[in-house]
Amino acid sequence: MRPNDSKSAGTSRRAVLAGMTATAATALASNQALAKDLVVGFIYVGAKDDYGYNQAHAEAAAILKKMPGVKVVEEEKVPETDDVSKTMESMIKLDGASLVFPTSFGYFDPYMLKMAAKYPKVEFRHCGGLWQKDKHPANTGSYFGYIGMGQYLNGIAAAHATKSKKLGFIAAKPIPQVLININSFALGAKSVDPSITTKVIFTGEWSMPVKEAEATNSLADQGIDVVTCHVDGPKVIMETAERRGIFACGYHADQAKLAPKGYLTGAEWNWITVYKQFIADAQAGKPLPNFVRGGLTDKFVKMSPYGPGLNAAGRKAVDAAKAEILKGGFAVFKGPLKDNKGNIVVPAGKSYPETAVELESQNYLVEGVLGSIS
Amino acid sequence: MIDTVALAMLGGSLRVSTPFLFVSLGECLTEKAGRINLGNEGVLVLGAMVAYATSYETGNPWAGIAAAAIAGLLLGGLHGAICSLTRVNDVAMGIALMLAGTGTAFFFGKPYVQPSAPLLPGIPLGFWSDSPQLRNALNVCPLFFLGLLAAFVMHWGFRSTRMGLRIRIVGDSQDAALALGLPINRTRLFATAAGSALAGIGGAFLSLYYPGSWNEGLSSGQGLMAVALVVFARWNPINCIYASLLFGAAGALGPSLQTVGVTWGYYLFYAAPYVVTLTVLILTARGGTALRGMPGQLSIGR
Repeated sequence: MRPNDSKSAGTSRRAVLAGMTATAATALASNQALAKDLVVGFIYVGAKDDYGYNQAHAEAAAILKKMPGVKVVEEEKVPETDDVSKTMESMIKLDGASLVFPTSFGYFDPYMLKMAAKYPKVEFRHCGGLWQKDKHPANTGSYFGYIGMGQYLNGIAAAHATKSKKLGFIAAKPIPQVLININSFALGAKSVDPSITTKVIFTGEWSMPVKEAEATNSLADQGIDVVTCHVDGPKVIMETAERRGIFACGYHADQAKLAPKGYLTGAEWNWITVYKQFIADAQAGKPLPNFVRGGLTDKFVKMSPYGPGLNAAGRKAVDAAKAEILKGGFAVFKGPLKDNKGNIVVPAGKSYPETAVELESQNYLVEGVLGSIS
Repeated sequence: MIDTVALAMLGGSLRVSTPFLFVSLGECLTEKAGRINLGNEGVLVLGAMVAYATSYETGNPWAGIAAAAIAGLLLGGLHGAICSLTRVNDVAMGIALMLAGTGTAFFFGKPYVQPSAPLLPGIPLGFWSDSPQLRNALNVCPLFFLGLLAAFVMHWGFRSTRMGLRIRIVGDSQDAALALGLPINRTRLFATAAGSALAGIGGAFLSLYYPGSWNEGLSSGQGLMAVALVVFARWNPINCIYASLLFGAAGALGPSLQTVGVTWGYYLFYAAPYVVTLTVLILTARGGTALRGMPGQLSIGR
């Protein structure tokens, strides 16, 4: 069976079905029969099988579907416009959802906040938003993961695979979250061999397959032999890297299938940890937490299984670094650290663990990264 | 450094230009007969999806190309048929078709996002070189040559065949066509369907060669841009080749400049294809000759 044969309610079909059930008397009866189940709504901005950000959420939702007492409704490709309000409303009114996870950044303000005010009994938890106690309603909240450590481990793996000592990073936009990933990757590689450089290419958009393929090709042309990325759907990058015979580290979800020879490992989201927590609380009738963050140690983030491209020494090094991180308190960004223009960005003696607020406004590329953010 | 960028632009123009070439040729054919088909963006996406699905199911990428052409033919035929009715606006119909095409492709394309279909092989024209960069740049898709061939055939056809002349008459002057007793609607139907078949093949290139996978963001507006390139090419198939190559090369500029260390202003370089297009349009548009070559019956000109 193909991965998505079963149930992929797209926008249009969902809307049509919603219209039909609204008028059909039988629908009411069936809704009531399921009233004891906790109905959880998932909203994705892109396709849920994009081998990337959305798939990471949808994989967790698929696990939830198998849990007793939980009914999952999902809708994909919902734009960050008033459309998402309609989706939330139909999930709440027609499907009886009492817990909604809008997973894209732009859903938070104003759409989710407005819906939360309109339906105070429904719980909303948003992925990536910055929930503030005095500013936002109590039935809303946000969760996110620190995936930078995953890119740090990617960097260590890449350093063991590269022969040219030149790595590549294809990034969408120079925002702090992306910069943390680029810098973590570069610092991971430099922890193995300080002479390794990381060339960064910004594509300017979250999803631009042709441009991403071009970027991968031009990196390969420059003798770069390991690439990783931060775009919404890394599929094209992984496939192009494989075709060019270079190595790749994954991001968002497991892309090993796309690059059977060159895949080293990958930094993946492990959202199921977060969702299970929320759902357990909801089923127990406890109040849900409003602000949830976590990284590798909290199992919010995981690494892909090693691919054949990574040798034994590399595997050992990544394992060792991971064990070190899992002890807790590990900091990728520690002083003295210079940016690639020579300015000191982390003074000696100071270190920022992944939870540090200083990282949330990161606006530099560290020494060893070739590229610029403007 | 210069040669690296030049090489990347050469490679980029050969890699990226093909879908532009096919869609602009198809649009050129349609517009020569006096109709505009903005739906070719939808045809491009549907072609990409149908080609990928067919290649996956049959294991033969060439079957995928044929299927994409047929899908384009049908969708274009629909446009042609509906626009034959009186008082149907072809621009509005084209937009409807664009949405219908992409929507259909997304709907039926869902199960094909994940699997890997067999792709078209490239022709290794760089075999004589020992530079891997040059070899990669010169690994050219057979569809590119098919596109070149189609351009020359169309150019010759418009100039030297009875059918080409008929298409041009229908497109240039409806009155003349009526006086000659030419079947106006049938000619336009044919031109629109055949044009969309070409656009469908362009879509097959996207999913079966470069970037070589099916997903929903694959086209990101390339079909619409190709429609604009026809104006740029002044409705001349040979110029469509130049326009597509130029557009592809300019598109490769952004990523390749960043790899050689020109890291400032990448947003600006990503706009290069559009800037180049605008510049050439301005330079070639001298007073009074702005729409030189435009078929007289196009609804935007009437």
